[in-house]
Amino acid sequence: MSDDPGRRGFLGLAAAATAGLAGVVLAPGIRLVEVAQAATPADASIGANPKVRWGMLIDTTKCASGCTDCVDACQTENGLAKPTRSTDPQWIRKVEIKEIKTGRQASVPVMCQHCAEPPCVDVCPTGASFKRADGIVLVDRHSCIGCRYCMMACPYKARSFVHEPLTGQKPDVPRGKGCVESCTLCVHRLDAGQKTTACAEACTRAGHGAIVFGDLNDPASEISRRVREVRSTQLRADLRLDPGVRYAGL
Amino acid sequence: MRHAGLILAVLALVAAVTPWSASRADTAKRGLLPAIEPAAKGERCVEDTATMRRNHMRFLEHQRDDTVHGGIRGAKHSLKGCVDCHASKTTGSVAAAKTDFCVACHSFAAVKVDCFGCHATKPAAALATTSGGKP
Repeated sequence: MSDDPGRRGFLGLAAAATAGLAGVVLAPGIRLVEVAQAATPADASIGANPKVRWGMLIDTTKCASGCTDCVDACQTENGLAKPTRSTDPQWIRKVEIKEIKTGRQASVPVMCQHCAEPPCVDVCPTGASFKRADGIVLVDRHSCIGCRYCMMACPYKARSFVHEPLTGQKPDVPRGKGCVESCTLCVHRLDAGQKTTACAEACTRAGHGAIVFGDLNDPASEISRRVREVRSTQLRADLRLDPGVRYAGL
Repeated sequence: MRHAGLILAVLALVAAVTPWSASRADTAKRGLLPAIEPAAKGERCVEDTATMRRNHMRFLEHQRDDTVHGGIRGAKHSLKGCVDCHASKTTGSVAAAKTDFCVACHSFAAVKVDCFGCHATKPAAALATTSGGKP
């Protein structure tokens, strides 16, 4: 069949790759991978940009106990129902923590931490759990078989399983029964060119300003400036997963 | 076979007047082929009709990987694009009733379409105006 897009796409890609390599003169000491990394992708404007590392800084001193503005915004944006049972999907959980000795309390929104070394990706048997070039960890529901191994592997309890058939999904956020899901960092918004997630937007709009979202790789971004100036930690930093979500004031 | 030519001519004549050689439109009218609702907007699909009939599943599958893994959105073979144009005027959906665009063909061909276990069957505009998003 002449119109098979898979084959045509592959051939086109192969031709483009050959043409690209032909123009590069590899001097001694210059490895191919360095050339590839230095080269700006021709289509950098579209798709996930490998130079970006999306992340969040959550200031727990500004996060009020009982406030669910971020959780509500997440549910509205992604078409999630309000959880009524402990097994219902939730992409952001508000976790109340208390230091026993001092009695100091804090309220912490915990979502997928978008690790640089995500254990969910390591254990996924089908490759459905993956990390995008811009550091967002996602589930490809087309290949997810619902084994929930990633839920076991995640130390942050960030992932949920959809047990029941769903209706009324958002066109931008397809989700359904039998798949694992978690916070996507509002990937559909970022791909559409928006610069912030629903939770960060809602938190800022409500005047709390507890969530800053941005590109950790861009030294001029607000989040980079803040993590430079304010002491922040990653949850379970001892696991060395290098999460993209950081917490200040813990 | 002296009369081969004559026999062929007679056969051709019979074929021309028998009902089973009726046109596609007639066949559809008698309920043998699915009645497909024309797209609500736009006169042209992203590919010609024959190509879409044969290859739409491959186009969708090819592009979904680019979208999910690569974050490339807005390319022309998107399921959202299908839904935007082909949502039924009556139900507002591509898969709510038997006569809706996707289901009409798929039930005829006995091919289960499981896109809509996860994907919205109504365009975003329709979901915004109506209160519920039930398919």
